Amino acid sequence: MADMFAFAETRDGALRSVAFETVTAARQAADAAGGGEVHALLAGGPGVGARAAELGRYGADVVVVVEHAGLACYNAEALAATCAARIGGEQYRAAFFAASAEGRDLAPRVAGALDRSMLSDVTAFEMRGDAVVASHPVYVGKAVATLRLTGSPAMVSLRPGAITAVESPREARTEPMAPALDPGAARVTVTEMLDRGGAKLDLGEAPVVVSGGRGLRAAENFALVEELAAAFGNAAVGATRAVTDDGWRPATDQIGQTGRVVSPMLYVAVGISGAVQHLAGMRTSRTIVAINKDKDAPIFKLADYGIVGDLFEIVPRLTDAVRKAKAGG
Amino acid sequence: MKIAVCIKRVPDTELRFSIGSDGKSLDQAGLKYDLSDFDGYAVEVALRLVEQAGGGEVAVVCLGPDAVQETMRKAISMGADRGIHLRADTIPFDGLSVAHALAAELKDGGYDLVLFGRMATDSAAGVVGPMTAQLLGLPCVTAISHLDIADGRGTARRELEGVAEVTTFPLPAVLTIDEGIARARLPSLKGIMAAKKKPIETREAHLGEVRLTVESMALPPERTGGRIIGEGPDAVPELIRLLQTEAKVL
Repeated sequence: MADMFAFAETRDGALRSVAFETVTAARQAADAAGGGEVHALLAGGPGVGARAAELGRYGADVVVVVEHAGLACYNAEALAATCAARIGGEQYRAAFFAASAEGRDLAPRVAGALDRSMLSDVTAFEMRGDAVVASHPVYVGKAVATLRLTGSPAMVSLRPGAITAVESPREARTEPMAPALDPGAARVTVTEMLDRGGAKLDLGEAPVVVSGGRGLRAAENFALVEELAAAFGNAAVGATRAVTDDGWRPATDQIGQTGRVVSPMLYVAVGISGAVQHLAGMRTSRTIVAINKDKDAPIFKLADYGIVGDLFEIVPRLTDAVRKAKAGG
Repeated sequence: MKIAVCIKRVPDTELRFSIGSDGKSLDQAGLKYDLSDFDGYAVEVALRLVEQAGGGEVAVVCLGPDAVQETMRKAISMGADRGIHLRADTIPFDGLSVAHALAAELKDGGYDLVLFGRMATDSAAGVVGPMTAQLLGLPCVTAISHLDIADGRGTARRELEGVAEVTTFPLPAVLTIDEGIARARLPSLKGIMAAKKKPIETREAHLGEVRLTVESMALPPERTGGRIIGEGPDAVPELIRLLQTEAKVL
């Protein structure tokens, strides 16, 4: 028996999909360790506690609710102090965070505050005696390290999308908690949130990612990629580093070792040759489609389905066909 | 403006490589090492801040075996003023252990800013910066894509999924630098000559306890890809069929 901690990430008062993955991981860890409890920490502005039942659906036994007007947007110092206080005050076997933009910032602060080592950006893990053994892609995804972390609580962050959220419904008890640090006393404060077209699906969470490379020849030709993504309806648009370096697309769209790392159900590479840098960001995708004029392009070695030819002829035809397939089924 | 930049020497990942005979590290044959990409951006940011401030100092701090001095020389030839080499036979995979060594070195250094790359390209964990900040008790902002410093305060932008966040913070602070903020300058011939005369101090690293170790390392599983289903737009119907019936993603 061992209890587990899970941090449930929210934005604008709603749970993010990674919150369910984190709770699922904690549930699986607790079950593997003989059936302990999962305690999820849910923090945000007033009213965020209404989301607690959703965490119960994925296996949280207890939801620790931290409501404060100063937590309506991300407050790293207040959240880190609050997580550290909760984790430090209990006997958790492990604490799970998402390796999302927020989790990558938060988890190492909590680990530092508790003086605990941590496993970062884990794609799979296993509880093994007094250790957690986990897989973590290293060297630009060219190798996978199996890491062993000893001691409790083990701090773990999980690569978004790597763990599939699974329901394990129960009535979660809620426990209110005050922030361990007054959010107003934090030294680092968020003064502004800039929407970069937030209505669009996020690259890290979209089931389908359509990406374009230099093969598109000009920034305006990205319209082809946008249209294909729109035909899928559940797709986000990515780009290679060559394209973002040239300013055809914002740097935040870059998929690769130095950009976003994605693992969608379907990845469509349009006019992308497949530099190592780029492959590191998408090689764990479930299904990969490549469209490129050069039959020897490295991307084809990785692709499940490749079409060789002129993307300017192929992509519009594909967009039409996807639209019809979506309409028909 | 006194700035420390913590840098790491990492294998050049553009090269083809294989797993060593111990099954838990890279085969050293044919490996080349260089400054980690994000750390190069951090050095660049530090140099620009000192240039803007019209004075100050950039110190690069690097942990590892004696060979890391080569990487430190590169950062110094970009324009950094001096180096601090924390000697350790190997660089532990445990970021907290490294953070302890860095915090011990930095705590009495009187730095206005301590910069890191967002993550090292080898271990890809991104924890040493925020852990060091926590150990030092300093404010920390991670993965910064834009930075302004004025009157003892900083304003930084960070990219989250779909949105960006603008934060303000007081100095001294620990910052980790993302791509897109600045391209790292190449060392000039003058810089390379000058670097030879700049000092590198060497001290033993006071690493913290290591609780995280590499059990094994492997090449990623080969994808069963490599299947070209056709040429030109006429292959589209077959692709749609496969996506629907085989991959079941449409």
